[in-house]
Amino acid sequence: MRFALSEDQTMLQDSLNRTLADLVPLERVRRFADDEGPQQVSDIWMRLAEMGLPGLMIPEEQGGLGLGMLEAALASEALGKVAAAAPFLGSAVLAPLALKLAGTDEQRRRWLPKLATGAVTAGVAISEPIAGARDGAGVTAADGRLTGQALFALNATGADLLVVADKNGGLHLTHIAEAAEPMPSIDVTRRLTALTFKDTPAEALASNGALDRLRDAAWILLAADTLGAAQAMLDKAVAYAKERKQFGRTIGSFQAVKHLCAEMAAELEPARALVWYAAYAFDHAPDEAPLMAAHAKAHTSEIGRFIARTATEVHGGIGMTDLLGLHFWFKRIGQNRQLLGGPEKVREIAARMQGLAA
Amino acid sequence: MDLTLTPELATFREEVRAFLEAHGGEYEAGAPKDPKAWQRLLIDNGYAARTIPRAYGGFGAAPDGLKTRIIAEAFIDAGAPRGMSGQGISMLVPTLLEVGSEEQKTRWIPPTLSGDIIWCQGYSEPGAGSDLANLQTKAVEDGEDFLISGSKIWTSTAAQAQMMFCLVRTEPDKPKHEGISYILFPMDTPGIEVRPLKTMTGQAEFNEVFFTDVRVPKTNVVGGRGRGWQVANTTLKHERGMLGDPNATEARLKQLIELMKSETVDGQRIIDNPIFRDRLMQLQARVLSMKFNGLRTMTDDTAGLARLVVKLQGCELNHQVAALAIDALGELGILYQDGPHLRAKGRWQWNYMFDLGLIIGGGTAQIQKNIISERGLGMPREPKTVEA
Repeated sequence: MRFALSEDQTMLQDSLNRTLADLVPLERVRRFADDEGPQQVSDIWMRLAEMGLPGLMIPEEQGGLGLGMLEAALASEALGKVAAAAPFLGSAVLAPLALKLAGTDEQRRRWLPKLATGAVTAGVAISEPIAGARDGAGVTAADGRLTGQALFALNATGADLLVVADKNGGLHLTHIAEAAEPMPSIDVTRRLTALTFKDTPAEALASNGALDRLRDAAWILLAADTLGAAQAMLDKAVAYAKERKQFGRTIGSFQAVKHLCAEMAAELEPARALVWYAAYAFDHAPDEAPLMAAHAKAHTSEIGRFIARTATEVHGGIGMTDLLGLHFWFKRIGQNRQLLGGPEKVREIAARMQGLAA
Repeated sequence: MDLTLTPELATFREEVRAFLEAHGGEYEAGAPKDPKAWQRLLIDNGYAARTIPRAYGGFGAAPDGLKTRIIAEAFIDAGAPRGMSGQGISMLVPTLLEVGSEEQKTRWIPPTLSGDIIWCQGYSEPGAGSDLANLQTKAVEDGEDFLISGSKIWTSTAAQAQMMFCLVRTEPDKPKHEGISYILFPMDTPGIEVRPLKTMTGQAEFNEVFFTDVRVPKTNVVGGRGRGWQVANTTLKHERGMLGDPNATEARLKQLIELMKSETVDGQRIIDNPIFRDRLMQLQARVLSMKFNGLRTMTDDTAGLARLVVKLQGCELNHQVAALAIDALGELGILYQDGPHLRAKGRWQWNYMFDLGLIIGGGTAQIQKNIISERGLGMPREPKTVEA
């Protein structure tokens, strides 16, 4: 028994961190908000495809790396650390998982090899049956056709394939929506989309509860993304506190400042063990996975919020500026918190899973 | 990550379970019927004093964190009492093993492990809390002996203890960290007075100890004259490992869940109140985090920071678990001592108060934050004031 990353996992983590540090410097993060944002995303994805990232969880016989959820969590963490824009969650994890759990052999043969190379990307619209419907959104399915609206779709901008959950939790594959409108959010590094369907032809996937597994996977990876983003904010705060001088001393020598840093580290470090365990359980202890995924999502949301605001405070006024760019991580953590259920919602589900709530 | 038990460890777990089943009649309500016999039985089977060499009365196994954890879990599952865990066993014995002379080891370790000698720790003083190295209890040379004068505070079990391990100033002219010695002496030596120190719990979990010309042979110094600060730090390392133990917190959370499922207000179970339920779920996530963090610290070489945060986070979490229990009890939560409406003999109320003491004791939360930021994050130390 060993609660630690394997040598291979550590190597994957190191090479992802190295590659992403070069590939996504702050100047590039700024350009995600521009008109050329989608082009940036596509460029980054192609470079990550050289490392096999789009096919990380796709079986080797379909051209992927055949790795597990813990490796996916390490990738999410690395992406969060540099605030990278990439369709990892939808295209490399959730869509392949939907096809694996509820697709036909034919669907898998058709899509998985193309998703694995990154030649095709997939968007995922599963918000309503998980987080609840807002503004009357929700998709109904009848006779192989979808009608209605799906908000907060992930990685759907420019996607070639869409995985859509209907109001009852059934999953469907489609290529097109009647309309795909951007939903500008606080986090410019990951765009959200409102999809409208109107008698849109779609292939129904098997109705076998696959949506619950997709939800658990998404919760774990959003948690891992927050872990990476929060680590980046803590690292920046510590580095800044060691450099910045006031009253003739580096501010990091003031307990008022260094205790804030200690509190951030004390919150972050145990959360890492929780996220790792949730990811491990997803593959190796499926009975425990839903509860662990829920706790990982809700808990990283809470400590992420604390670290995002505290790391900003340690920087003082400069922390608020666009020039420093700390806000990209602040907003990324904020978006992860609300996506697919805020912590109160997720904890209520966690209580229900244990028979502690009706 | 591989959390499956190897066949060897799975067999080991079965052995521990079988042992506890076979000896279930020797304890009740989590306490041994004959504490010394139980301790002897545990040592003989390797469930106490496991890694202490046989020559000193231990079981003599190689250190193995996973087996230690398997033992701990099996004992919790069975509701069986662990071996004795006073400050002698948990702090003095590891220190003697590291820096004691052969004579000191053979003389003191066996009777300590068997429970025949109970120890108390003489570290903190009224003027030396977080700044422990500032301690002023002096030991003045007198022939082959020292004469010790001064006082100690926060001394648990001083009234029951036969012996004390104590920090005294033997070299008053040296800088404060270099003038301290670690010394052992019997509590019935003339010149020692113990006064109970009652805390907010209403009980005297601690004592004050006063010394007036207490005569102790120089040979009772452990680890060399003037080396007491280094010796004490080996011991404090063991103490911080004990405080914030995630196994204990997990057991408490289980009790809290049972409390919230069984207690009702106006016929509604506490657990059915969404606000209390949400607080419970927040704590459950923290308990799980600390549990997995604990597993990680045992097997992951990169877990340095994870180790440093255990005392701070673990003690805070215990206090929060007790706090939620008090709140869930509502007005019943203010009852104490005795009475028909008191729940769990007032244990939650006692924990709520005593756990605050553990946040302060063994290195305050603020000292822990210094350690985390300085050793864990490489941040600068507080500039030192010039010593007089």
